[in-house]
Amino acid sequence: MQKPNVGQSVFRKEAADKVTGRARYVDDLTFPDMLHGVTVRSPIARGRLRGVQFGDGIPWHEFTIVTAKDIPGANCVALILEDQPYLASDTINHLEEPILLLAHKDKYLLEEARRAITFEIEPLPAIFTIEDSLNRKELIWGENNTFKSFLIEKGDVDAAWSQADFIVEGEYETGAQEQLYIEPNGMIAIANPAEGVTVWGSMQCPYYVHKALIKLFGLPPEKIRVVQAVTGGGFGGKEEYPSMIAGHAALLAWKAGKPVKLIYDRAEDMVATTKRHPSKTRIRSAVGKNGKLLATEIDFTIDGGAYATLSSVVLSRGTIHAAGPYNWPNVRVRSRAVATNHPPHGAFRGFGAPQSIFAMERHLNKVAQTVGLSPEELRRRNFLKECETTSTGQFIAEKIDLSSLLDRALTLSDYHTKKQRFAELNAANTTEKKGIGFATFMHGAGFTGSGEVYLSSVVGVEATKTGKVRVLTSNTEIGQGSFTIFSQIAADALGIDFNQIEIAQPDTANVPNSGPTVASRTTMIVGKLVESAALGLRQTLVAGGLLGESYSAEEFAEACRQHIATHGQLKSFSKYEPPPGVHWDDEKYQGEAYGTYAWAVYVAEVTVDLTTYETRVDDFVALQEVGKVINPVLAAGQIEGGVAQAIGYALYENVVWREGRMVNNQMTNYIMPTSADLPPIRVYFEELPYAYGPSGAKGIGELPMDGPAPAILSAIEDAIGQPGIQTFLGQIPLMPETLMKMMTAGGANG
Amino acid sequence: MADKVSVNFTVNSKAQTVRVWPMARLLDVLREELQLTGTKEGCGEGECGACSVIVDGELVNSCLIPAAQVPGANITTIEGVADGERLNAVQQAFIECGGAQCGICTPGMVLAAVSLLERIPQPTEADIRNGLAGNLCRCTGYMKIFDSVVKACLGTHAPPRAERDD
Repeated sequence: MQKPNVGQSVFRKEAADKVTGRARYVDDLTFPDMLHGVTVRSPIARGRLRGVQFGDGIPWHEFTIVTAKDIPGANCVALILEDQPYLASDTINHLEEPILLLAHKDKYLLEEARRAITFEIEPLPAIFTIEDSLNRKELIWGENNTFKSFLIEKGDVDAAWSQADFIVEGEYETGAQEQLYIEPNGMIAIANPAEGVTVWGSMQCPYYVHKALIKLFGLPPEKIRVVQAVTGGGFGGKEEYPSMIAGHAALLAWKAGKPVKLIYDRAEDMVATTKRHPSKTRIRSAVGKNGKLLATEIDFTIDGGAYATLSSVVLSRGTIHAAGPYNWPNVRVRSRAVATNHPPHGAFRGFGAPQSIFAMERHLNKVAQTVGLSPEELRRRNFLKECETTSTGQFIAEKIDLSSLLDRALTLSDYHTKKQRFAELNAANTTEKKGIGFATFMHGAGFTGSGEVYLSSVVGVEATKTGKVRVLTSNTEIGQGSFTIFSQIAADALGIDFNQIEIAQPDTANVPNSGPTVASRTTMIVGKLVESAALGLRQTLVAGGLLGESYSAEEFAEACRQHIATHGQLKSFSKYEPPPGVHWDDEKYQGEAYGTYAWAVYVAEVTVDLTTYETRVDDFVALQEVGKVINPVLAAGQIEGGVAQAIGYALYENVVWREGRMVNNQMTNYIMPTSADLPPIRVYFEELPYAYGPSGAKGIGELPMDGPAPAILSAIEDAIGQPGIQTFLGQIPLMPETLMKMMTAGGANG
Repeated sequence: MADKVSVNFTVNSKAQTVRVWPMARLLDVLREELQLTGTKEGCGEGECGACSVIVDGELVNSCLIPAAQVPGANITTIEGVADGERLNAVQQAFIECGGAQCGICTPGMVLAAVSLLERIPQPTEADIRNGLAGNLCRCTGYMKIFDSVVKACLGTHAPPRAERDD
């Protein structure tokens, strides 16, 4: 028998291909006779399309030209509400909305042709703010500009105000954020009536693309094939938008009768594809004079952009996380996702939770200030504990001890010593100020509520005669290490060597639907199915008398050979079953919102430069309880990368909008952290095995996005705060110019 | 429009002649004329470093170099870093330390690290941070990439010195 792989930092399975440049991403693939495609987009935010003009000097007869009229099936991107067209035919609802597609073998001529097209559009007034949408300045979507709203009620909030010693109110705001995977989006399609439609591309969720293409072409499922190429990062940005690009490439290929490659350049990817939802949150809380949190009323609104896309689900996660890891006896969360004429916002790591957690963490520091307690003492008095309930009434059965987690994080970061030392340093320093702050939070793993039951994911494993085992899932490797994790889990379940495991490239022709690669679900939910499918395969061999309880690699291979010789094949499938006791009420929004949560305390140390008002993060401690860590190096890599992305969210990454368009859609002026900008990111895990995860693992992918922004703003407040002046920061990204205005105006607002 | 021109240069120790537009980007020449697709395009404007290659000993963004600028040049791409099947110490360290996640920045990052260690065989942490600052990575937060560079030094050179006094 092999020694265990789980818990070891086994090297990434596809690492050699990646460090040698052999890994083939979509833009590295070519097909004979392939054309290039481009998307021609709306230059205005809202209007009615009246006509298209093809300029002079372009040999238009050489081009494949596709408009909405060429769509063989339904002109909508099948996802949740099906309100978004593949190609606008009448109404334009956002800038850069796709209207027309072009293909040609010469990509330079193609670019000239794109510029030679002009649209006649009768403009209509557009709206770009949450306020204008809520006030229905223009009605742009449905009956009330609202994609979705939720209401969570726990206890009796209205009765709590009269018992409060303090009522604390605040408003909090978060900006859009670009996922900024370094590989831009792209797809290649071959499509014709005889063979159906096949696409290869950069994506997280092959079966989302599959579903969308079925509807677009009106073809049966077996006529659509979706294959993931090696994918250069996703972060949510390749969850739903690839369905659009795949459809466009396939429409061009269908009409041209030739393969078509459609690759976005960086500017197009940034200006046209989804971003993190901007949010506004108002919180009003009732607090006792001992710092006991009595009640909170949270009003959480996100800007969904012009179409519904995934906004309802993003809103759901944000809503459920809004009350934080605290024991509020009374909670009301009202939330809504509203329409504006921005390009649709979409999935981005954290999926609504970074927004609402930012608001609550900042709010609690305001509460602490008001009550006269330290931020840590206020939290200690109110942390959610075992046997208490969350805002949705979810009973906490885990032995989670957030006070101990906080103790450890504050010790690791030397919080108390530094806080005192910085106060002394700051008093004597007029050019820079140092500060330290933290955030405490949790993140639910897997789909929300009954989501996993609806998904009903299936995973397969299949043995070969030589004793190799292939894992069949539709979950993609996008950098997070899923192929390595699945291999570790399968190898241990089968008692064979890691290198005997192969992971099938996600290809809807070959793998079952194990659901999308999103929501911190891949290791915890799909990994568990890999484990049980592998155990099933092993059990088949044991039950058939081909394998004993203990065996060598050779004995395992011989057992596989014999089974396949008799039965033709050796496969095992496993389908998702919810853990016992998990109930969710979609109407009341009550129950077990997630199978489990990861819990975390993050501490940030900063220096604020009083000449430039730039903030530098000097040190970062990320401590989290995540169940069993399957691969320590990969897990730490997830946390470090997420923290870096969230430092960008807090301090650098400012999407500048002008009349509904992102105008800094370049890496030159949309600034993400470089190797010179980041502090040491020190990652620590606590492992409290989760009974329904593989070897006890929970999901971790999104968690690190939630905590850094509020921790950093707390640290900045600590740095710039002065005795007697209430300083409060409630908005990200916190750009130097904002901080300068605030500090030179003599005080801050909330 | 100018005519296509013939350009002779050496790529990964092999003499090459291509016939391209004089302003064709070296990135496209490598990828499309020579099928060296390990060099990646991340931004097309010299910000992200995914297209990094080494030209005459210097790390450059191949998206900013026109073909007309490279006649006679000696170019190393990611495909030329390993010695056949034997990986360079930097590549091996990236595998062992988790320096690659999605892998799209990795070719450029590996070349940046190779170039850094050629210039400064025993870099300080600040040297490493600055040496890689032109190569953006969205996955790792850079920590495991720093580990990889340190590990590569340990493999081929004396251990990295503690932070310099200066």
